[in-house]
Order: sequence, then C-alpha cells, then structure tokens
Amino acid sequence: MTDASENTERSPLHDAHVAASASFTDFAGWQMPLRYSGDLAEHHAVRTAAGLFDLSHMGEILVLGADAAAALDYALAGRLSAVEVGRAKYTLLLAADGGIIDDLVVYHTGEDRYLVVANAANRHEVARELRERTADFAAQVYDESDDVALLAIQGPRALEILLDVPGLALDGGHPDGEDVPAALRGLPNYRAIAGAFAEHPLLMARTGYTGEDGFELYLSPEAAPQLWDALIEAGTPYGLVPAGLAARDSLRLEAGMPLYGHELTRQTLPVQAGLERVVALDKPLDFVGRAACETGPDDNAPVLVGLVGEGRRAARAEYEVYPSDAEASASVGRITSGVLSPTLGHPIAMAYVDLAYAEPGTQLAVDVRGTRLPFTVTPLPFYRRSRKKS
Amino acid sequence: MADAGELKYTEEHEWVRVDGDTVTVGITAYAADKLGDIVFVDLPEVGSEAAAGRVIAEIESTKSVGELYAPAAGTVAEANDRLGNEPELINKDPLGEGWLVRLTLTGDLPELLSAEQYGALIGE
Repeated sequence: MTDASENTERSPLHDAHVAASASFTDFAGWQMPLRYSGDLAEHHAVRTAAGLFDLSHMGEILVLGADAAAALDYALAGRLSAVEVGRAKYTLLLAADGGIIDDLVVYHTGEDRYLVVANAANRHEVARELRERTADFAAQVYDESDDVALLAIQGPRALEILLDVPGLALDGGHPDGEDVPAALRGLPNYRAIAGAFAEHPLLMARTGYTGEDGFELYLSPEAAPQLWDALIEAGTPYGLVPAGLAARDSLRLEAGMPLYGHELTRQTLPVQAGLERVVALDKPLDFVGRAACETGPDDNAPVLVGLVGEGRRAARAEYEVYPSDAEASASVGRITSGVLSPTLGHPIAMAYVDLAYAEPGTQLAVDVRGTRLPFTVTPLPFYRRSRKKS
Repeated sequence: MADAGELKYTEEHEWVRVDGDTVTVGITAYAADKLGDIVFVDLPEVGSEAAAGRVIAEIESTKSVGELYAPAAGTVAEANDRLGNEPELINKDPLGEGWLVRLTLTGDLPELLSAEQYGALIGE
C-alpha cells in the first residue's frame, strides 16, 4: 500500500524496502518505510532480538578546521571542545531566544573534524545556522547528507549480528581482521570507530534511539544496499527483522527520548524539556542561546512529564490534559506523544503540563476524544533495558 | 470466511454484508493495512441506537485511530466481543473474524459500492 509521491526523496535502500513489502510514509520530504511485517512485531523484535532501520533521511553535516571545536562551542549548547576524538555527544542547536531549533548527535571523528547528525526536517536549517555561526572561525561546514546513508541495528543481539557480518575492517586493518570483534565488543556507548565495509569507509557508532544496545552505521549510499543485505542475512538467524519508523517512534517513546516537532520545538527552552544538563552553562565563552537559558522561562512555563494510564486507550499528540478532580476546569497541559506501550501493555505519553501538576505521582485526566481518562505523572523513561554484561 | 465479492462497501473503507434487515459491518483490508497493528477497539452497547453516518466504533492502532460509521440507522444487535482480547483479528481476517458490529436496520440503506467500485476507489 504505497502512497507514491513524486516530490519525495528516496533512500538508497528503497529497492530493498520494496522487496521487503514495506509500507511507506512521507517523512520530512522522504519516502521512508513506515512498517514491514507490522509495527508491533518489529517493536518486540528490537526489544528481544534486533531490528534494522534505514535512517538515510537524517542529515549529516561535517564541520572541519583548526577552530572547529571552538566554533561548535559557540554554535551549539554543549561543550563540544571537551569531547574526545572517538566520542559522541547529544546536544542542541538553540535559537538566540533559547528555543530548540534541533537536537543533534555530534561525533568527534578526528582532530579538527566533527560529524553533526541532524533530523531530516531540519537538515538545511542546521547547515545554514552552522555556516552562519562559524563564519568568524577557522572552520568549514559541509552538508554531506546526500552522500551519507545511515543504517541502525538495534537490540540485544545487535553486537553478535554485526560481528557475523563479513567484510568489516578497522581503519588501517584488514577486512575480517581479528581486531574488528575486539574493537566492536569493547566499544562503549556513545563512542564510534572508523573502519570500512567492503572497502567503503564506514563509521560504526554505539548509539541509537530505541533504548536498546545497538550501532548506527554511516557509509556511502553506493555501499548501503550491500551492508543492508549483509545485516539481514547475518541477523535473520538471531531474529532480526527490518523495522520501520512506526516501531522507531514507539521504541523511542518507551525509552523516554524526545522527538523533534513533538517534545522539542522553537517555543521550548531546554529546561522545559528536562534537557538542562545538555546546556553547558559552565562553558567559559558565549554561545547562541546562552543568555536566554540563564534567564530561564517564565515561572508558569509548562514542563515535560511522562504519563502512564490504565486500560488500552492511548492519549495521543494534541490531546488536552486536565486536573483529575474537576469536571469542567481549564486544561493544564497537552500531550506531545502517546501510544499503547507495546512492551509495558498500558498507555504511555509525554506531555507539557503546568509546573504545579508536574510532580511524579500527580493524578491527571486526559481528554481522549471526549472521555476523560486517568493518567499519573511518572519519571522518564518508561522503559529501561536491563544492562547485563554480554 | 467472507467472499470479498459478495460484500458491499462504503467510501469510508467499510464493508457491509446485508442479510434481510440485518447488516454486519467491518473495515476493509485496505483500511486495516493503513491503520497498522490494531491494539484496541471500542464497541457500542448492544441495544443502542445508531443514526446513519454516526460513529459507532473506534479502532485504534499504535499509530492512529479509525472510526466505524453506521451505514444506515439501526439498533446494535451484536458487537464482536472477541475483539476485546484479540483486536488483531481485524488485521488477520478483516472480512471474517474481524467483523465489528451487527445492526438491525431501522432506516433505509443508501446506495453502497460494489466490490469493483470499491476496488477502483482504492486503486486496485
């Protein structure tokens, strides 16, 4: 059931998705897989085995130069100059008024070299802002998005599967060399190593957006189909399935991770989204959005909370939140994302609510299409994987 | 198992099986696919009155909410209670075990689509 739109971009893996009977969705100008076999099966596969995602729509922007670190310290909310080579950092691109333009993962991939990964919808704006903000620094900004494909393998079996993929090499090493398994096994969260797949450059990062262990793999669009096929082949015996954006959304929501356009907007200050730790106010120099973050939002600005409900009816984005006690009172918040949690079996949601209603344990009511259903404020995340040593 | 050809269809992607003054209503495979995995169904009370064109059931998937409209005025004679525990029946067998509501008609059925006409509507 494909809504083929002519104005959308296609992933370099499009043919593989069609062959796998994907349903597609228009997402940020891209035609991307929404689901293959079914959102629930894909969701459960990621929690119990592994799922393979095509994230080639994401934006990849390189920042290079002797002053790249200082330039990013000015341009972004985090202290990128403190990130060692080989490490990654979750950070924000803020407007001068402190509003969130995008959330980003930045990899320090080499001396004077950073890879900024942006949401597809914000790619051009992030590149433009980075160019403007780094203009006075010895740094150059290159939007490489069209030349970079991104695959994510996520789930408790992700490492084993990746180790079974033939043709992987480390930089300076041999394909299928003995150094590859050791390096992948020992790669901590939020770190990345450079290497190759079938002689194409490959960045292997232990990052993700599902709440599970896993890897994000950056490589050229030409080599992406071969890696996709190799991962499917290696992973199928472990229970790996291709997974679409529907499962990605329910997985990230269980993991309490914000989504741009839902929890994060230009009207949101980081502290409202619970992201104050991402804003490095201890950076010695100025950065865009600093003054606004230091001042903070109005006292009555809403804050992001987790909500859990009973039964099976989800509170969905845009639904209004009310106090639990009053029948006809004014709304005290609004849902930003919600789903019947496939893993937990009850409704979960994120919402912005007035500060007075944000304390965990607070009873609230959500207007679900005319019926007020009880929800309780709960700390995020809803789901946390057990961290067994593998 | 229903034969898709003997059913009537609406532009809201519902199928209707007419049996005298009783109609059985469900959603089409096309609609079920569009919704994705169905996780909750809100069914009407047996005995309740349904006005033509009014929402009589809600069908929730992980991603969205679909609505079932009464194809004509009627009284709810039966609702498929199995969907309470097995909402996935709608995905597995939309024209059979995934039926939703049975109505005893109190009003006239409007002109409905044939299988061919519905197929043309969804581009098949």
